[in-house]
Amino acid sequence: MAETGHPIHKYLRSSKKFPHIWCAGCGIGIFMNALIRAIDRSPYTRDDFVLVSGIGCSSRLPVYVDFNTLHSTHGRALTFATGIKLANPRLKIITIMGDGDAVSIGGNHFIHAARRNVEIAAFIVNNQIYGMTGGQCSPATPYGVKTTSTPYGNIEQDFDICRLAEAAGASFVGRSTVYHTRLLDKLIDRAIEKKGFSVVEVISQCVTYAGRWLGLSSAVDMMKWQKENSVTVDKAKELSEEERKGKIVIGILADVERPNYHEEYAKLIK
Amino acid sequence: MKKTRTATKATTRRLLLQGNEACVRGALMAGCRFYAGYPITPATEIMEMMARELPGVGGTFIQMEDEIASLGAVIGASLAGVKSMTATSGPGFSLMQEHIGFASITEVPCVIVDVMRAGPSTGLPTQASQGDVMQARWGTHGDHPIIVLAPSSVHEFFILTVQAFNLSERYRTPVIILVDEAVAHARESIILPEGNIGIEDRPRPTVPPEWYIPYADPGTGVPPMSAFGDGYRYHVTGLCHDVRGYPTTRPDEVGPLIQRLFSKISKDLDRLQWFDSFATDDAQLTVIAYGSVARAALRAVKQAREQGLKVGLVKLKILWPFMRQTIAAVMENTPRLLVPEMNMGQISREVKRVGRGNCEVFTLNKCDGTLISPQEILRKIEEVYP
Repeated sequence: MAETGHPIHKYLRSSKKFPHIWCAGCGIGIFMNALIRAIDRSPYTRDDFVLVSGIGCSSRLPVYVDFNTLHSTHGRALTFATGIKLANPRLKIITIMGDGDAVSIGGNHFIHAARRNVEIAAFIVNNQIYGMTGGQCSPATPYGVKTTSTPYGNIEQDFDICRLAEAAGASFVGRSTVYHTRLLDKLIDRAIEKKGFSVVEVISQCVTYAGRWLGLSSAVDMMKWQKENSVTVDKAKELSEEERKGKIVIGILADVERPNYHEEYAKLIK
Repeated sequence: MKKTRTATKATTRRLLLQGNEACVRGALMAGCRFYAGYPITPATEIMEMMARELPGVGGTFIQMEDEIASLGAVIGASLAGVKSMTATSGPGFSLMQEHIGFASITEVPCVIVDVMRAGPSTGLPTQASQGDVMQARWGTHGDHPIIVLAPSSVHEFFILTVQAFNLSERYRTPVIILVDEAVAHARESIILPEGNIGIEDRPRPTVPPEWYIPYADPGTGVPPMSAFGDGYRYHVTGLCHDVRGYPTTRPDEVGPLIQRLFSKISKDLDRLQWFDSFATDDAQLTVIAYGSVARAALRAVKQAREQGLKVGLVKLKILWPFMRQTIAAVMENTPRLLVPEMNMGQISREVKRVGRGNCEVFTLNKCDGTLISPQEILRKIEEVYP
């Protein structure tokens, strides 16, 4: 009899006590599905993958899936990932971080991992807020927005995570939303293939906290917002600076060939 | 690369080595094949020599962006199955505390060298101190066990580095080597041992992957550890976890985890009494010292003996877990103790705790960046001798 069921099921840890910690309507599950589909169609086995995460909502992802998994410290996933990759270059390393995790507390590790170009596929699930701690402002929270730590509105400018990654030297940079699942699939495939440091920013919805300041109360509304506010890289080129403001530019933003750290190091050993 | 080969050949000869260089020799002999670090005086020579030597033995060196990242990479490499270490000094050691706790609860073997320099904050970068004794014990948050070794000579720095790796692998715990700048930068003659020097490796699973329960106590308190990529897929987290490694808040799972972390080391306290003693049998006053201070103390004790004073010395090689048994035994013989330290009194507090007021504990504290001299210790001996 043919086996039925969702392809994700064979990668879930059956001994893990579900349910997961994510709120109803959270976008992280959509990303997790996309990631597992990409791993499933990749030429590697599940023993080849190491999933490393930091601290936060999205960083809880690795515990639910049956790979080598490491739930590390806040902002430092890339440092552990670097050690694992260099100690065993055969392994495929995937890191999963949030926006606060990757570019606030982990900002220094992030730019140096990009500069060093260690072969790591880094996924940043950007929900523009600190969800787990109760909806505080993150470096990806837009200007003017009220959060629990910016009760009078955010007076700081937000980071463009992809431009940061590109400037720091990442080999591959892409952005998608969880609404654009086909694009997300493609970007994850490319990031896993890339022989260098790759970054995919995944715009996701935090219905519980971020939805409030957008005036959107449901996951459907927030995903509609993602759809309506996104423009492709090609389309964005046609827009003026003013027209591009507030838009999410999605697609491949950088794809370059640079020697990676362990290839360079291997030359020293010879 | 040529330099590397010449250096490796030289291991069969008597060598004049700096303390930091002896540490690297010990680490490589113990099987260390991964080093991640960040430059800091007075520990930098360890990093520089690792950068030179590791490629020649098939190991990996990386200079990270800071000390937090360094220990993160070291833990990552160890999870991938490679013996790993880092070295730093006070300010970097402060940054590493976060990941010392992580290595402790996830039970990842790793070795951290802290070459102690004087003063809080930037302090005196090129001068000796023993100010990090309590930070090494309690620096990271939460209750955790730790093993801390303290060499007093170049040769001991070599030996204790080998042993640091052995203990780290045996108990699956971070091991810290606390060494003062004077020992790290001293140059002394040393003969490196040849052949089998007794290298220990972490216990590995022998069951098939589907039977592997990563944090189940096999009876020794130390669960077998598989390397990422070996087919034993499991979860590692800094959260309190159950025997499968999954996060838990159940008191009946969290309690036993923390208890086991402590007991896996405390059950072996008898084996962890590492000290040298000198002339303690008939001593009326015993000096308790460690690091470079123990060497000044030995000279002072010899001079005191020449004067007819019955003074002994116990040199501690393990600072944590504190050697209660050893100190208690000394106290049974000797009514008075003197603890000279290059800090405001850190190990002396523990000595007093063991004494419980039944023994007189005198201290000699100095933290101005200069070493404690034999004369200073001798004067103190004369002052407090019964």
